[in-house]
Amino acid sequence: MKTSGLIMIVGSALLLGLFFYPLWNIKLEAPQYPDPLGMDIYIAGIEGEEEFDIQNIDGINHYIGMKKIPKPEEMWEFNTFPLVIGGMAGLGILLGILGFFGKISPNWFLGWLVLMTILGILGMYDFNNWLIDYGTDLDPKAIIKLTDSEGNPLSYKPPLLGSEKILNFTAHSYPQTGAYLMFIGMFLTLVAWIWGKRTTK
Amino acid sequence: MKKFNSILFIALFSLLLVSCGDENNKDTNRSSGGAMASNAAERVYVAPGEHDEFYAFLSGGYSGNLTVYGLPSGRMLKEIPVFSQFPTSGYGYSEETKPMLNTSHGFVPWGDSHHPDISQTNGETDGRWIFINENNTPRIARISLETFETEEIIEIPHSAGNHSSSFVTENTEYVVAGTRFAVPYPQKDMPIDEMKGNFKGPLTFIAVGDDGKMNIDFQLAMPGFNYDLSHPGRGDSHGWFFFTTYNTEEAHTMQEVNASQNDKDFIAAVNWKKIQEYVRNGGGEQMDAEYAHNVYDHSTHTATTTMENKVTRVDPRDVEGAVFFMPTPKSPHGCDVDPSGEYIVGNGKLSTDLTVHSFSKMLKAIENEDFTGEAYDIPILNFDSTLAGTVKEGGLGPLHTEFDGKGNAYTTFFISSEVVKWKLGTWEVLDRQPSYYSVGHLMIPGGNSRKPEGKYLISMNKITKDRYLPTGPELEHSAQLYDITGDKMELLLDFPTHGEPHYAAGISADRIKANSKKIYRLDENEHKYAATSESETKMERDGNNVHVYMTTVRSHFAPDNLEGIKVGDKVFFHVTNLEQDFDVPHGFAMIGANTSELLIMPGQTKTITWEPKKEGVWPFYCTDFCSALHQEMQGYVRVSGKNSNVPLKWTLDGE
Repeated sequence: MKTSGLIMIVGSALLLGLFFYPLWNIKLEAPQYPDPLGMDIYIAGIEGEEEFDIQNIDGINHYIGMKKIPKPEEMWEFNTFPLVIGGMAGLGILLGILGFFGKISPNWFLGWLVLMTILGILGMYDFNNWLIDYGTDLDPKAIIKLTDSEGNPLSYKPPLLGSEKILNFTAHSYPQTGAYLMFIGMFLTLVAWIWGKRTTK
Repeated sequence: MKKFNSILFIALFSLLLVSCGDENNKDTNRSSGGAMASNAAERVYVAPGEHDEFYAFLSGGYSGNLTVYGLPSGRMLKEIPVFSQFPTSGYGYSEETKPMLNTSHGFVPWGDSHHPDISQTNGETDGRWIFINENNTPRIARISLETFETEEIIEIPHSAGNHSSSFVTENTEYVVAGTRFAVPYPQKDMPIDEMKGNFKGPLTFIAVGDDGKMNIDFQLAMPGFNYDLSHPGRGDSHGWFFFTTYNTEEAHTMQEVNASQNDKDFIAAVNWKKIQEYVRNGGGEQMDAEYAHNVYDHSTHTATTTMENKVTRVDPRDVEGAVFFMPTPKSPHGCDVDPSGEYIVGNGKLSTDLTVHSFSKMLKAIENEDFTGEAYDIPILNFDSTLAGTVKEGGLGPLHTEFDGKGNAYTTFFISSEVVKWKLGTWEVLDRQPSYYSVGHLMIPGGNSRKPEGKYLISMNKITKDRYLPTGPELEHSAQLYDITGDKMELLLDFPTHGEPHYAAGISADRIKANSKKIYRLDENEHKYAATSESETKMERDGNNVHVYMTTVRSHFAPDNLEGIKVGDKVFFHVTNLEQDFDVPHGFAMIGANTSELLIMPGQTKTITWEPKKEGVWPFYCTDFCSALHQEMQGYVRVSGKNSNVPLKWTLDGE
């Protein structure tokens, strides 16, 4: 149980990486942007990859009537996500410690993982909703208004994961270091559970 | 079976050898064949999107500017305005940059730029700044190689024909400016034919600070010869500066003939370290002077002129062992020092030979007081004692020499129109290649430093004739690019240049590229009339002057409707570009403005004035195609009658 407790502590502690590294990154590439514009999405806000990228993305987006990239105080998520992540990391570490001293069953680890997975899916769902809103709720006075072959307004929603062509830009949306650390951490908690099960049998 | 294997092996092995040999043969063909036979096109071809290996900065001569080229492609990348008004960007027209062209003679809108030289550290080009001289109204400019803009221009008082300039010492301690047209020192009204003995040729040593700021340290009151070109010592000869002279005859008229009578003129050797020490210890006399010192500040985006009124004058005879003359045949033009600092080459322009002096022999001759006379009490060293060697029959009319760092020197011959390669030490001619036509200067990147980057050489020619499609009587000059990595020079490329390039300076792109600025930061903009956001835009009346604080962003002006301006007003448009994205300038042009446009870089503020003469509603617009909505980037100014009561009003989108 000692080892599995340690693995649980390390695994859930890796979540704390999200406070230092971005969760996600969206890059916009176009012929006239040989250095792509990019934004790093942290749990507490969005930052440009280069200092003025956000300003320049907003500048380009105003042609199609997109809203400005939100500041941290403009989205409740940026206040809530750090609390959730911090709380889950703390809880995981606590469970790990209890597990280390043999106070609890390893099934608690699985419980933590299930809860974390549900929260993660909810988070992604919320993120995707924001992307849809951002890509479709456009200013009616937009300078450029484009429609698809059926006459519906084009959606400029960047992909949740992967690359997609949006007008002259190609948008690339991929997880970043923070997310990878989280995935590894979650996988480790699974290992902790399996390990714990095996040694307590 | 074993035997068979080894036979097979030998057979295969020899096959390999044969094919390797073939490869080698191809390579030798490549480097020894002429341009036609070789893959010259491939070697100068820089594929779309790729960068050149070297920057080359070519003086614009009578354009007054400096042009930036890439090598080996020969593509022109930029023209940097320095001594001439440049309506393309508004340089010399905008309120901010007009002071750059102030002199003691007032505003001078044009200049004749000659010899660019890149700042050095430990004798190597370091890519911080490039200096260039103005020959006509003597000045030296310093251009930043981060912004590629002229940051500072200092006028050289008491000088005329600022030609033997602007060369830097090996740690950029000094940038040096000479006098090609001897003049009364200080200026005074006197008969011209009393020139001899009464004119002087001051040499000016300008100290360069760590921030690049220039400051005249001292002027050396040399005899009234014509100081034609110069170069600093380096390595062992660091601390000395060498100047070629002509007209040691001191002829004041028909110099074509009268200044060509002496068989030998001089190379003046100046121990500037000694003089520097002398001045630091209080030596020299303060004399009256009047000269403009113009400095451009990147945070205010504004230049200011300070008129200076004193300069320290040093009589060379007052500093023991500081100045000597080395006799050099045939009105030497270029004065070039090899990478080791040992050889000083005098390019005797009216002869077929080059005279090379030895620095170490010069020191010995000085020590032995091996003098053959004096000129105005300055010792003349024995010609035979300083002579290292003569390059015989190199060609006709040698002008300038550069070095490849591999023991070879390359000299241009104007009259015989060729570049000649010769060996330092043995003085034998190794190769000669024609130039098209009548080559003046040549340039090897770093070719006048301790560490030349001896891969390419460019020749800059005075005559173009039939090299390109004809464009009427006036043609751009031509330049040629040679590969100098082989035993023989190979002509690779021929390209037109702008103005009249006199000298050029080259440097590995790597030493500059990464430092090149992309934008000016808006949050560092301290311009007095900047509006750093649309909410700060406004109009202010001050008597007849109306100041408009305006911004640009893709793609509108704020404000774009201006009212309350009257005939007889002077309107100052202070335009700030709010963009913080690389390569998104905006332009500003006002109908009927008696000045140029403005081209404003991201984060920058520039100002032009407009004095409306007629009532009406007059448009202005953006001149740089900034976005898909560029055509819409326009606005109106309402001009009312002299005595109207229309209040100042500025709006954007009705607000």
